[in-house]
Amino acid sequence: MRVNAEIDQPAPKSDVAERIRRSATSDRPYKFLLRGTALFFGAVVVVFVWSVLHAAWPALHTFGYRLVTGKSWIAGTGPYGALPLIVDTVSTTLIALVIAVPIGLASALALLYLIPRRLRTVASSLVEFLAAVPSVVYGLWGLWFLVPWFSKTLEPFLARLTGGGWPFNGPQVGFGLLLAGFVLAIMILPTIVAISRDVIATVPADLIEGGLSLGATRSQVFTRVILPTARTGILGAIALGAGRALGETIAVAMVIGSNPQIPHSLFSSGATLASTIATEFGNAAGNEGGALAALALMLMIITAGVNAGARKLTRKAQAH
Amino acid sequence: MSATLVDLPPDPILERRHEIQQRAAQTIGRRTLFSRLFTSALVAAFLVALVPLGSVVYALLEKGLASISWPFLHTLPQQPSLIAQNDIGGIGNAIVGTLVIDVLAVVIAIPVAVLVGLYLSETSSRVGNFLRAIVEVMTGLPSILLGVFAYEYVVIPMKTFSGVAGIVALSVLMVPVIAKASELAFRGVPQTLREAGLALGARSSRVSRGVILPVAMPGVLTGVLLAAARAVGETAPILLVVGPTVSNTWDWNPFHPMSALPLLTYGYSGSQYASQRAAAWGVALTLVTFVMVLSVASRVVSARMRRERR
Repeated sequence: MRVNAEIDQPAPKSDVAERIRRSATSDRPYKFLLRGTALFFGAVVVVFVWSVLHAAWPALHTFGYRLVTGKSWIAGTGPYGALPLIVDTVSTTLIALVIAVPIGLASALALLYLIPRRLRTVASSLVEFLAAVPSVVYGLWGLWFLVPWFSKTLEPFLARLTGGGWPFNGPQVGFGLLLAGFVLAIMILPTIVAISRDVIATVPADLIEGGLSLGATRSQVFTRVILPTARTGILGAIALGAGRALGETIAVAMVIGSNPQIPHSLFSSGATLASTIATEFGNAAGNEGGALAALALMLMIITAGVNAGARKLTRKAQAH
Repeated sequence: MSATLVDLPPDPILERRHEIQQRAAQTIGRRTLFSRLFTSALVAAFLVALVPLGSVVYALLEKGLASISWPFLHTLPQQPSLIAQNDIGGIGNAIVGTLVIDVLAVVIAIPVAVLVGLYLSETSSRVGNFLRAIVEVMTGLPSILLGVFAYEYVVIPMKTFSGVAGIVALSVLMVPVIAKASELAFRGVPQTLREAGLALGARSSRVSRGVILPVAMPGVLTGVLLAAARAVGETAPILLVVGPTVSNTWDWNPFHPMSALPLLTYGYSGSQYASQRAAAWGVALTLVTFVMVLSVASRVVSARMRRERR
């Protein structure tokens, strides 16, 4: 009787249902906050790109395409032609890749398969340590140790190899493209090792075991199974390293000799896009500020392109 | 039956297999030797890669410790003169400048980056994917470009070099790094936890605050510490906007020109005085100590995270 009465009564308005309804609507502030912050960050990026464009505009207007194709860059007075800087940027990056890619891939393979398991953690943290050292410290180290070693030992040795001919001709002063490329190689090595190690680790064990069970030796498995399978991702790792080398500034500025010229040998002094901005920005007067901003714009376009490409490659490798 | 089998022409596949097996057996010695040499070369290459690291660390300790003393750490730099070439003073204002600039930059970057990370982890819309691509490309852009940005929009309007310009450059540098790391950390939170929170009637904001953020905290923190470690050592952007490479004044006010450790390292490295060039190693060692504290902290945090996941 009593029970029935309770049942007959209209159900009390559900608190839970009300809260669910309310939570669905009152989540709006949260959504707004997230979208708003994302929008804010997007706006900052737009302003950032705009700032470089805006600063470069006067120079682009005055000098036009000669900013890119001009063969001589003379600080302070002009002309401002970035071709030597672009050539030096690309050549230091290529030197860095020639040194860092084989050593980096070898290190990645060694870290994954060859170094005793107990030492692996220590070994990987040493590589990460290499990445943590600030670039100005690499520059300082290059100035103190590599410049004398290059000018007294390595460069005379290399020059003897070709009998003083190309590409090892010219004065042996240490400062120059070869040294800058060498320092860059050390700086991009951790990037190449870390990314290619992660990519190589995704090569299915079945493939490796399949190779071994067919009687292939370890080196055959490395070169014919693992590296071909991980090819796309390794290319991505190399591209990321190249992106870092193209934009590296202070360490390069300290060891390259700051002399914008189209190189005639690996020992030539030079100046990259980034190093020129760093060394000349403080004293820039008149047109030069705009010309330097135009260098920044070129650097932005080049590195954004390389990074976007690298991102596509590593993404594609992960999808496999 | 068996007679017919014998009469059959030789099976080309079997023949080929025999051939291959024979060649493999003949060459196994050579191949093993080559493989041994090859793998030793790989390990050797790895050891070669560590040589520069050893050299840098040795140089930092040997040359850096020689110039570091208590007065060096808390006094102002002095311009050496021809008669007193070794009176170079200390690096107190550079330590202060680095601390002020980097702490404020981190404080500004964290909330923006974490919210961007949350947004990215919850969305798969076209806008979200576009923003994710931008974040990833931003992490790879040369830092000096941010110096140009801060110069254009902070130094020129304020008509002075300032710590604030450095803070702007470094926080924009850090946001994408932290956002990427926290997006990954947020995506790593099990969907069931999220659903349990929602099933209890919590709003998404409450779930983010009470469930997702605490669970993903180690990952976010690792990202923050790594980004900070990178920012502390950055020279290029602050070279353009913060102040002179060697500054002889105390200033705690970020609206004024400031000094910073990477800047001073760079300034001293090209000095005409041997005493300052040697002291560059002391500045560099102080800088590396800051960086190492941050990156070791991030390793500890991520190691703890891995242990908890297990």
